[in-house]
Amino acid sequence: MSWLLRKDLMILGRSRLLLTLLIVYPVVIALLLGFAISRSPARPRVAIVDESAPGETLQVGGQHLPVSRYVHELFSQVQSLAVPTRAQAVEKVDSGAALAAVILPPGLAARLSSNENQAQLEVLYNGNALQQSIARTAIEAALAQANLGFSAQIQGAAREVIGTLLTGGRLSGFAGSEELLGLERIPTMLGAIAARQPRASDRRSLERIDAFAGFAAQNLTLASRVLATIGQPIRVDSVLLHGRRTPLDDFAVVVAVSLSMMLLCVLLAAGGVALEREEHTLARLLRGRRVDRSGAGAPGGALITREGLLAEKTLLAAASAFVVAFAMLAGIGAFVALDWSRVALWLGALALSALALSALGVAIGALAREVRAASLLALLATLPLAFLALVPSASVAGGFYDVIEAVSFVFPFKAALEALDTAVNGATPAIGLSLAHLAVLTVVFAALARLGLREVE
Amino acid sequence: MSTVLSVSALAKRYGGSRSRGARQALQDVSFRLGAGELVAVVGPNGAGKTTLLSIIAAVQTPSGGSVVWEQAGGVGWVPQTPALYSRLTVAENLELFARLERLREPRAAVARMLAQTGLAHRAGDLVGRLSGGNRQRVNVALALIADPPVLALDEPSAALDPSQRERLWEFIAARVAADTAVLFSTHNVSEAQRYASRVLVLDEGRLLFDGSPAALLASSPEGEPGHERGAGDLERALVRFLRERSPRSTAPDGRADARRGGARAHPEGTL
Repeated sequence: MSWLLRKDLMILGRSRLLLTLLIVYPVVIALLLGFAISRSPARPRVAIVDESAPGETLQVGGQHLPVSRYVHELFSQVQSLAVPTRAQAVEKVDSGAALAAVILPPGLAARLSSNENQAQLEVLYNGNALQQSIARTAIEAALAQANLGFSAQIQGAAREVIGTLLTGGRLSGFAGSEELLGLERIPTMLGAIAARQPRASDRRSLERIDAFAGFAAQNLTLASRVLATIGQPIRVDSVLLHGRRTPLDDFAVVVAVSLSMMLLCVLLAAGGVALEREEHTLARLLRGRRVDRSGAGAPGGALITREGLLAEKTLLAAASAFVVAFAMLAGIGAFVALDWSRVALWLGALALSALALSALGVAIGALAREVRAASLLALLATLPLAFLALVPSASVAGGFYDVIEAVSFVFPFKAALEALDTAVNGATPAIGLSLAHLAVLTVVFAALARLGLREVE
Repeated sequence: MSTVLSVSALAKRYGGSRSRGARQALQDVSFRLGAGELVAVVGPNGAGKTTLLSIIAAVQTPSGGSVVWEQAGGVGWVPQTPALYSRLTVAENLELFARLERLREPRAAVARMLAQTGLAHRAGDLVGRLSGGNRQRVNVALALIADPPVLALDEPSAALDPSQRERLWEFIAARVAADTAVLFSTHNVSEAQRYASRVLVLDEGRLLFDGSPAALLASSPEGEPGHERGAGDLERALVRFLRERSPRSTAPDGRADARRGGARAHPEGTL
């Protein structure tokens, strides 16, 4: 087997295009992915038309909040492109100079103050369905952030008014106004006045005013807390049922490595077996030899057994993919903080994943008669597998998802992805289950490959 | 002449049941091969020549019967399409198979085969860049690298020009002189007439004739006394023989086709 392995390495070394692809492809993928996930996403370029009157303000209690503050909040969330008119904004979106345009209509403050009409912004965007989706998501996120910021300012102003009503003092924004009494001070003052009143009926009236002032003070205290609540009515507290949460960046690393490994394993293994058929050497390698009387009619002692040949092709593909995948992980590790203390688990997951994926490759190669057919078959089989393994459960109908799960279960990509995610990110409860699954799939696909090599001519 | 290979009641069936397109490629084929014999296997397309050679070379397993190698060392096999690694050089191909054959001195075996096939000056060339003739020489050299007592060649000269063919037969003749038993299939009957000491005629998987070219020739008017023999005579004799003896020309119950005046096929192939 070692001579066959040496032969395959020599052939691989002389296939410069293939060798270049094997080295360059993972490096490029690793670099692209590394750069993509280590840079924060660019803020969307948005044209903003502010049609509100200069100095227009929103009055909250005694405070006047300028509408320009909202515009400022919005500008900070996007890469803003100030344009004076709606027509120019449309032109910017049409030409692609801006992803979208936001138009702040005149009278925004009046609408906000009216309590009758919700203030409205106009958002313009263009492009195909995907661009529209991206633009809408980006703009809605930016607007939500701006709304939240502006809402916090309004809440701050409202809380100040409530605070003054409770404790007394001067309201900012009311220049020259007298100092307000404050509801909390009323009971003390009224108590003193009531004590000096001779008539019982007057004292009862004062006591009623006192009770009302106390009630008002209590409820305004509550209102202050309610204001904070309605600013962000529901706070989300996430709980993951199993294991550790995988950051999206780290999961992207695992997907990229798994996908590269699958392509390498399957293409190399399938191509390796198919090449033996294409060169007509399979029969020469597997035919019996040195058979004498005792072995009549039962050829034996082949140059290499079918199992040996399949093991050699599987090991070559798996070892190549293992090295490349580990190099990819190490390369991406320069951009993303990976937990190197788990490196033993990485190696285990990479090794078994590479073996299972290569076993799938030799099974495909055993079916094909030539390298081109094997490569085509390998691509046709692997790309849908990758797609299916990444379909989230809630995104398709229940019955169809069961089918997807079943398909993903009988091929090694999803198991490899899960094993690697567990090894790198500690994502799922136990790596042993994934590794056992991969080991079983290795045996199953190797057996299928052996079946495919039953006839060599 | 010692026997090196015995084939007995050999049968090969492809596919499952008859209704699913099963085909009987070989049926009750028996013969012996002696050391230093050069035997040609002839017959029309689909007669079972390649199947017979593949089973003898242990590429395929028979459905029935047996192939017994009387001497250790097995059979050197030369497939119709050269079975070589085109991205390895001539020497690398030879060395790989010498190593896989677990020869004691693989490099010496490579040097010997390069010298015998006249390919020493092309030893470092990639096989993919060789001409068809040279590729066939490497193909033969691979079959002989372990110095087997029997050589099975499937249409070895089919892709060669006349001068390459001549060199190939000179090479094979030298092996035969060194007591290697050679069994080759061919469509070129004149080659069988010129080089073979024995001819096996196969048709529809049955062995119809096993004898010398002269005996096959004698079975037809071209072989009768007084008839002047020419190069095409054996071919004409074969065609006539097949017309008369082929299972294709016999009725389903095995009787000869009366219109053609054919005789019933004789599995032993003697005239």
